Amino acid sequence: MSLFASGNQTVGPYLHIGLEWLTTRDIAGKGIKGERVAIAGRLLDGDGNGVNDGLIEIWQANAEGKYAHPEDPQKKPLEKGWRGFGRIPTDAKGGFRFSTIKPGRVPGPGGVLQAPHLVVTVFMRGMLKHLMTRIYFADEPGANAEDPVLKLVPAPRRATLIPKKKGRTLEWNVILQGKNETVFFDY
Amino acid sequence: MKKIVGYRRPHPGTQPAYNYPPYRSTQKRCPTQPLVLPPQTLSEITGPIFGHGDVKPTDHDLTRQHKGDPIGERIVVTGRVLDENGRSVPNTLIEVWQANSSGRYPHRTDQHNAPIDPNFSGAGRTVTDAEGRYRFITIRPGEYPWRNHFNAWRPAHIHFSLFGQAFLTRMVTQMYFPGDPLLPYDPMFTCIENEAARNRLVSVFDWESTIPEQALGYRFDIVLRGREETPMEKMP
Repeated sequence: MSLFASGNQTVGPYLHIGLEWLTTRDIAGKGIKGERVAIAGRLLDGDGNGVNDGLIEIWQANAEGKYAHPEDPQKKPLEKGWRGFGRIPTDAKGGFRFSTIKPGRVPGPGGVLQAPHLVVTVFMRGMLKHLMTRIYFADEPGANAEDPVLKLVPAPRRATLIPKKKGRTLEWNVILQGKNETVFFDY
Repeated sequence: MKKIVGYRRPHPGTQPAYNYPPYRSTQKRCPTQPLVLPPQTLSEITGPIFGHGDVKPTDHDLTRQHKGDPIGERIVVTGRVLDENGRSVPNTLIEVWQANSSGRYPHRTDQHNAPIDPNFSGAGRTVTDAEGRYRFITIRPGEYPWRNHFNAWRPAHIHFSLFGQAFLTRMVTQMYFPGDPLLPYDPMFTCIENEAARNRLVSVFDWESTIPEQALGYRFDIVLRGREETPMEKMP
């Protein structure tokens, strides 16, 4: 049988009504092992204005590089209470902030390990289908250099996927258009 | 590690483009650089798992969330969540949100001068059963104006958010009502080029799920992305 998937539609301006209940400020609760990181930034439109009716979602492995999903075949420990999902709506200025743990490396195509990364989806009014991107980590230059996904990104644009250290926070902006436009993936 | 069995690419014309000028807000919010097409990896073919423990048994009934009954026509919305291979997607979270019967959302940014219904919040959630079926009880949402173009009105709709079994099956869509005269004027609806794909977003009246003397039934089946290859052991 071959059906085609239903069409995506925008979340619209009132997304909070249906989606806010699952807001996750801290993806890694108490007792979850790993290096704590706080990531904050803004979602910016083509005029550089903050998008106040947007939302990002995060999917990630734990510090061992294991996903809480039955299709992850790796024999690695998974803590009870670890889901690895976060949902963060933007505020009135388009800002978002969440904390988590830095994930471990997970297998990639051809047995090459991927660099530690978070998978990110971006939703907002004015977007008919969500965008997908990734967050990598600046303190992993070796792993980043051999990452099979990052390698496909034109070198001058790779920096858009790597947050910059700003005090105790990692600053990462989602820039929809123009100079420093964030790299988005289509799978 | 065994080879990743990926998810199918969309059939041309069945998904909206990021840049769709008739929906004005896409202009400043669509990427202008080409998207990068990486291989699907373990990171994308996995995704968050939600279960029946994540929702309350009453979350699917939007008419029972306050002291009184909401104003409007009660309806039952049922359907199945399938994948492109026609298989059920069981135990998957569905979130819905919608306007009240007068076309108003209880949201700080909704300025439409239609009344708020103190007995209707307009949000619900449920998890599909073992056969991928779901059921919501709600009231029929009203149409409402928006500022996209002169005299623009959104057809009646319910927003649906689904996860499926992978982050690649994540989808947010909208359900419309059969015979709505506003559909051909609505850029959200017309953004999907393929007519059959567009019509998949329109629910059908369903006599069998209609509750006598209580509520009309509408059926809305949702198809999520399916696997590229079929693992043999799962063949029926």
